[in-house]
Amino acid sequence: MNHDFDLSAVEEEIANCMRCGNCQATCPYYQETGFESSVARGKIALAKSVLQGKIKYTPTLAERFECLTCYACNATCPCGIQIDKIFLAARAVMVRNGGSPAFKKLMAAALKNQGLLDLGLKTATLAKGLLFQPHPSGGLSPRFPLGLDLRRVVPSLSPKTFRDGMRESVTVPGAKSKVAFFTGCLVNYVYPSTGRAVVEILTKSGVSVLIPWKQHCCAAPLALNGVMDVAEQMARSQIDLFSGLDVDAVVVACGTCGESFKKKYVELLDGAPGYAGKARELAAKTCDIADFAWNVAPFNRQLLKELAMRVTYHEPCHLGRGLGVTKEPLEIIRTIPGLDFVPLREPERCCGNAGSFSFTHYDISYNILKHKLADISGTGADAVVTGCSACRMQLEDGFAQEGLGKRVFHTAELLAMSLK
Amino acid sequence: MSVQEAIYTLRSVLGKENVITAKEDLICYSFDATADLPEHLPDLLVTPMTVEQVAEVIKAANRYKMPVYPRGSGTNLSGGTVPVRGGIVLSSLKMNKILEIDPDNLTATVQPGVIIQTLNNTIAPHGLIYPPDPGSMATATMGGSVAECSGGLRGLKYGVTRDYVMGLEVVLANGDIARFGGKTVKNVTAYDMVRLFTGSEGTLGIITEIIVRLIPAPETRETMFATFADLTTAGRSITEIIRSKVIPATMEIMDRVTMETVENHAQIGLPTESEAILLVEVDGIPEVVRREAATVREVITRNGGVVKTAAGDHERDQLWAARRAALPALARKRPTTILEDATVPRSKITEMLLAIQNIGRRYNLTIGTFGHAGDGNLHPTILTDSRDQEEMERVHRAVDEIFKAALSMGGTLTGEHGIGMAKARYLPWEYGEKGVQVLQKIKEALDPEYLLNPGKMVPCREERK
Ligand SMILES: Cc1cc2nc3c(=O)[nH]c(=O)nc-3n(C[C@H](O)[C@H](O)[C@H](O)COP(=O)(O)OP(=O)(O)OC[C@H]3O[C@@H](n4cnc5c(N)ncnc54)[C@H](O)[C@@H]3O)c2cc1C
Ligand code: SF4
Ligand code: SF4
Repeated sequence: MNHDFDLSAVEEEIANCMRCGNCQATCPYYQETGFESSVARGKIALAKSVLQGKIKYTPTLAERFECLTCYACNATCPCGIQIDKIFLAARAVMVRNGGSPAFKKLMAAALKNQGLLDLGLKTATLAKGLLFQPHPSGGLSPRFPLGLDLRRVVPSLSPKTFRDGMRESVTVPGAKSKVAFFTGCLVNYVYPSTGRAVVEILTKSGVSVLIPWKQHCCAAPLALNGVMDVAEQMARSQIDLFSGLDVDAVVVACGTCGESFKKKYVELLDGAPGYAGKARELAAKTCDIADFAWNVAPFNRQLLKELAMRVTYHEPCHLGRGLGVTKEPLEIIRTIPGLDFVPLREPERCCGNAGSFSFTHYDISYNILKHKLADISGTGADAVVTGCSACRMQLEDGFAQEGLGKRVFHTAELLAMSLK
Repeated sequence: MSVQEAIYTLRSVLGKENVITAKEDLICYSFDATADLPEHLPDLLVTPMTVEQVAEVIKAANRYKMPVYPRGSGTNLSGGTVPVRGGIVLSSLKMNKILEIDPDNLTATVQPGVIIQTLNNTIAPHGLIYPPDPGSMATATMGGSVAECSGGLRGLKYGVTRDYVMGLEVVLANGDIARFGGKTVKNVTAYDMVRLFTGSEGTLGIITEIIVRLIPAPETRETMFATFADLTTAGRSITEIIRSKVIPATMEIMDRVTMETVENHAQIGLPTESEAILLVEVDGIPEVVRREAATVREVITRNGGVVKTAAGDHERDQLWAARRAALPALARKRPTTILEDATVPRSKITEMLLAIQNIGRRYNLTIGTFGHAGDGNLHPTILTDSRDQEEMERVHRAVDEIFKAALSMGGTLTGEHGIGMAKARYLPWEYGEKGVQVLQKIKEALDPEYLLNPGKMVPCREERK
């Protein structure tokens, strides 16, 4: 176990907070609650109190360290503090001291074992008639609370997962290069069309694709919530699966998954014999699909067909601030003929999903989403393009509940549609 | 136990969700943006939603003898919101409505929890601005900035918060609600109570509604940037620009330590070989702006400065980005950043800058100075580490000397950050014992029990010799 996930390791970061409060200006969570304990300044003060022994673990304290992990505070902080590192260390300490709240334990158990997740979700598909009822939007809303709020609209799970529907290796004759595709859970179980779009873009650009069928959850839901020991095991398993492959790159279609490969595994396995070096190599090889299709293996612009719609773009926190992929999706959108692109006023503001946060704090999550929905409505766009399936789920929930009748596409889907 | 009773009473009036008592939450209210101050936990936090609820809180505070600390965003730099004696922190953030924009009378009526930037965003479509623009305008509340009488970058031409506050609704220390002032430009009815409450730092009453004056947004502006080989020529340029009857909207200075730090941090091509840079912006109607900008350039060149004019919005933004980077860049250098705001008459700017440099050398401290040169409001910023006791000793002595220097030049302890806790002990240096006694009489007339923000600005009864 890497002991960096301790508050003493981030003591300097904590000391560097000058308590200016600038982070209030961009924190979506704080802007809903108005409580200092929601925003970075307050959370850092709590972390400092833990370090100084002024306050001990309580379930309430563990809850205070929860947030959207949207990195807006990191981007605003004039002192350049790595605020997310402080939060993660604090969450790890909380988990070690008293365990995470019940829901997270459940997630940890479900995600740890790929078989279980697969089985769990497939069982859910079978049982969905029992548990869910159809919603007018075409999604499903739960019949029972299930720990979710009753109003929430959950997309139907795909009857057949993406990976079940694909060959493990899709080869292109005379391929220029070969990549491995890490699909991520939501693409695999909920949005297989995104996965197919990624494969289509890659093969049309002369890239062979390997989709290792044993791949499993990237561990972000655990790592972001401080369940470091399990996250580390999963990181090792991921390295075992991917670093041996003879590929030029590992392509991802989700900022959060990308971050696990590019950052988290390196941190989790820092100094781990036999793994640290491999984690760094894998990190260097990992690339988001928008970045890959724009910079590494550019798609053939001659093939692009006109798409007549008005679209806007929502920047996922972990893709934009997390991985720094900000320009490429916009370049892709601007290159597609016929599209009328109207930017959001605040494209980089969090949509409120934030993984498990939206389950544990549904009302706040939905209120944060409302800002996004208003921004989207203001553009008059027919569809929102984004690079993250979790954001997509959140947006679709909002569109369904508000009866907005707008669609959401992954950037890869939009591009693949134009390449058809 | 009275705290328990107070919690029970307040919950029945405000609702459970507006009375917060968990230690995990209260810790976050034991400090504000001020460095180097003791922290103190409040007993509870209340978040009233109406003026009547505020009045109920004050009545409960009287009944249970618990002090009340009004709080906006907690960004003040004088310890104004630290609950030093325990009691109730009263947050204004749930009273955050803009009640009215009145383009005919050029006023806005707001609740105290409105963020300054939000007000400006809302009035921009009307072609209006609310000029007070503290560096914290994206976070600070209207209530907090009225209570501090905040300044900002545009103070030189447009004045400070007090020049824009026209009317106030206040909950007094006994729970009564009073209104002063209004929407009229002229108003000499009785004492100027609006001005008394503006800058009162939460010690005289809780502000629950504010009427402010708005002005038409300037049509155009020109931004210039000048470098100087020494502080004297920079200082002379500042006074000569004003003497030439040009009042720039802003005239900002950065010394060499600040410039070097900004440059190291951001590599934007600042001339680190010069001793000072000035950033000057003139605004208004196009013909006047053109003429005033020419005068500014002429004065600077005559004094040996090298001046450049921003060629468009992009260059202007870059210059302002450099200015805005001053505090952040300094703050990154060391863990603790002690930001003062000693202010001198404009004509003494050079003298004050030299005095600060000298103090830094004598106490072997890194001090970067930047600030609103046009109005004599400097921000000497000491970079240190509060964990190093020996160095903090030197810091405290240096701060004493900075205040002495400012006062000896006919200046003041604080231009815009307020007295609060941080500067309370220096008050007699500027006001004398007799002057401080006047403050106490005012305080006791309005708040005889010292329930409102005790320990700030006015010394409490038992602290008196
Ligand atoms: C990065 C940074 C830059 C800054 N730049 C400037 C600047 O350029 N110019 C400047 O002048 N200041 C500046 N400040 C200081 C500070 O932001 C201002 O004083 C600001 O106006 C305080 O607003 P607030 O809402 O944070 O008030 P708080 O800090 O919450 O409160 C300030 C004072 O007002 C009292 N108060 C708050 N609300 C009420 C109310 N409703 N009724 C009665 N009393 C109340 C409090 O008790 C306290 O004494 C800066 C601060 C930071 C951190
Ligand atoms: S912006 Fe950064 S330095 Fe300022 S309070 Fe927030 S975390 Fe601390
Ligand atoms: S990560 Fe996002 S939600 Fe969390 S404190 Fe920072 S800005 Fe707020």
